[in-house]
Amino acid sequence: MNADTRNDRDVGSKKIATLPETLAAGEQRIVLAHGGGGELTRRLLDERILPRLNNELLAPLADGALLPPMTGRPCLTTDAYVIQPIEFPGGDIGRLAVCGTVNDLVVMGARPLALSLALVIEEGLSFEVLDRVVGSIAAAAAEAGVPIATGDTKVVERARGDGLLITTAGVGEVPSDVQLDVHRIVPGDRIIVTGTLAEHGLAVMAARENLGLNSGIASDAAPLGGLVAAMLECGGGTVKFLRDPTRGGLAGVLADLVENTALGVEIREEALPVTTAVRHAAELLGLDPLNVANEGKIVAVVAAGDEQRVLQACRAHPLGRNAVCIGECVAASPPLAEMVTAIGGRRIILRPYGEDLPRIC
Amino acid sequence: MNSHNARRLIDEICSLAADLEKIRIMEVCGTHTVSLFRSGIRTVLPANLRLVSGPGCPVCVTSQGYIDSAIEAAQRPDVTVCTYGDMLRVPGRQGSLEQQRAGGARVIVCYSIRDGIAYAATHPEEQVIFLAVGFETTAPATALAVLEADTRGLDNFTVLNGHKTVLPALEFLLRGGDIPIDGFLLPGHVSVITGSHAFEEVAERYGKACVVTGFEPVQMLRGILSLVRQIAANEPRVDNVYSVAVTREGNRVALDRLEEVFEPADVVWRAIGRIAMSGYALRPALRKFDAEKRFGLAVDEDYELPGCRCGEVIQGRIDPPECSLFGRACTREHPVGPCMVSSEGTCAAWHRYALVERSR
Amino acid sequence: MCLAVPGKITSRMERENGLSTATVDLQGSRLEVSLALVPQARVGDWILIHAGYAISRLEESEARETWDYLHEAGILDKPAPE
Repeated sequence: MNADTRNDRDVGSKKIATLPETLAAGEQRIVLAHGGGGELTRRLLDERILPRLNNELLAPLADGALLPPMTGRPCLTTDAYVIQPIEFPGGDIGRLAVCGTVNDLVVMGARPLALSLALVIEEGLSFEVLDRVVGSIAAAAAEAGVPIATGDTKVVERARGDGLLITTAGVGEVPSDVQLDVHRIVPGDRIIVTGTLAEHGLAVMAARENLGLNSGIASDAAPLGGLVAAMLECGGGTVKFLRDPTRGGLAGVLADLVENTALGVEIREEALPVTTAVRHAAELLGLDPLNVANEGKIVAVVAAGDEQRVLQACRAHPLGRNAVCIGECVAASPPLAEMVTAIGGRRIILRPYGEDLPRIC
Repeated sequence: MNSHNARRLIDEICSLAADLEKIRIMEVCGTHTVSLFRSGIRTVLPANLRLVSGPGCPVCVTSQGYIDSAIEAAQRPDVTVCTYGDMLRVPGRQGSLEQQRAGGARVIVCYSIRDGIAYAATHPEEQVIFLAVGFETTAPATALAVLEADTRGLDNFTVLNGHKTVLPALEFLLRGGDIPIDGFLLPGHVSVITGSHAFEEVAERYGKACVVTGFEPVQMLRGILSLVRQIAANEPRVDNVYSVAVTREGNRVALDRLEEVFEPADVVWRAIGRIAMSGYALRPALRKFDAEKRFGLAVDEDYELPGCRCGEVIQGRIDPPECSLFGRACTREHPVGPCMVSSEGTCAAWHRYALVERSR
Repeated sequence: MCLAVPGKITSRMERENGLSTATVDLQGSRLEVSLALVPQARVGDWILIHAGYAISRLEESEARETWDYLHEAGILDKPAPE
């Protein structure tokens, strides 16, 4: 996208984003009536959405989806996706919505059973973009092995000009032998990261039109059920804690750990898995890779002495090839997240505040 | 990163410092302040070596009047404010630009002033004001943008000029005489433009050790070692460990463009006051690109925020914890003054990184 | 007060009114920058980039120093060839 594809004009005191003037003749777009619940809505579903997503649970198209009985403990999660731009290197809002929701379930130790998906479409979104996003949703759901069981579609007036917001819910079940509990963490427990950091957030930021950075970085959004299953197979007590470092990045998760355990955390800068491309792009924009979102990585805390086994299990999985141990939990007063820097000094890692912006200083 | 090199440099710094009583180094540049914390260098220096922050944070030294002017302009329906990310959250009398944006004002964050020019070219019906802050590193970009606007006849483009120059501020501090500093870690990227020779006066007239250094950890260690050596030998000069990028003469092309577009001016530094010849004014032929003039704004106004001691912090007179607002009424989440708002403000850096030092 | 990063010029484009721009490789990312402040920069040169502009060329005469600097800065993984 370049600066020409957006035109803001004032209408009274409101700013309304107009459509790109360059849409091809005859190109079809979503209109308000598509959300009306009538014939147009039905056609939208039948022609553009259901053919890609349909599955056993969704097929009845009833008001709700009946799920098979569960044996484990039910687990529910919900999320909203408002990302701009909606398409970026490595994925789009659809892929993000499926992977993000699935991953929230798997880090709880749950086996995901089904997702629900509500699309809030802005009037004016082109059918072409909608088709791509629905295709991504379908592909991601298939990759994750999790069906979209039920959904909803609404259309609203043009506002931000991005076209699409998605909210989700996910249901899973947690087997009884899973013992993920942050209170089991003790000093000496090791901290593992399953791969390279900061790719998603940087890919998205670089895709925003006013940065002009053609980054070779792609979002790492991926469904992690298989990877987590491999880690949990190492045995009941081995993995004590899992979290995906999305908003707030690794720093956010380390802050969570400190807050929830009243233990300190010590990691080593030289152990952090960061590609040169990411490091360079982050430095250019004045960002700290520790604070940048990931959508295809896990932070795990494992019992001391067990980390090699868990690392092996991760590295045997395509999504965990670059798994590495970055540090450990420590007894510390006051409890803080600290990093031993490359030169052998120390610095504190705090929960990032707000949204990182490109800076000159 | 060769941590073996780093270890060697640290050992040599500690060994030399052991023979000295007290060493006080001012790191002028906000990016150095943050880099020194992030690299962990502050935690490996000898106890008798004290690092003091200086006035090299563009946001921290921006007058309240500048921020209020930017916000006043943003409220006009025909205006679009383009800004580097650094300025977005600085609070003025009526909140920040970020808050204005939330209220419907057009505020665009740019990585480069070239984006502001491009936007002005494609939105001729809008008045585009670019917030031109920064030191000599950034001012040449503004100069080029103004020249381009002139060539292309972009009548809807103006800059709100907040550029300042570093050397006059350092001389102001040194003339004051009451800040005990032994040496200066000079800003590496400002020096790319000005050349290392621009700072020779600091060594020659005031007898202070100086080194031009970059921002990578090993660079900064080399710089600190140079200063300690100079201080130990009592041989102040301007050393340059960043010679891979910085020459003695500087970037002649950039200096010529600055000369073409700007003339030196007396400008107001936040909480310090007016410093002679420490900023830039657009030359008369280009003054139509001055937003202050076009929109009748009052950039040089400054006022104290009750209890805020940013002025003393940026002059190296106090460390942030000595301000009674620090960590209490003034935090990263609720900043009072620019030193806390700016991502490289001294107070923000202390608040972020120095918890351990505070709690000891 | 100035974030500037090194990058290598991969191509150079002459624009109107004598100003040129360059595509710069940042270890995988590509960025277009103005060469107006470093007009003598050529394809293959390392430059320092600040806010969309090249502000300095890393001097060829000190090529060894440049390699060492970039290696120390963690930008190049291998030390300079002997």
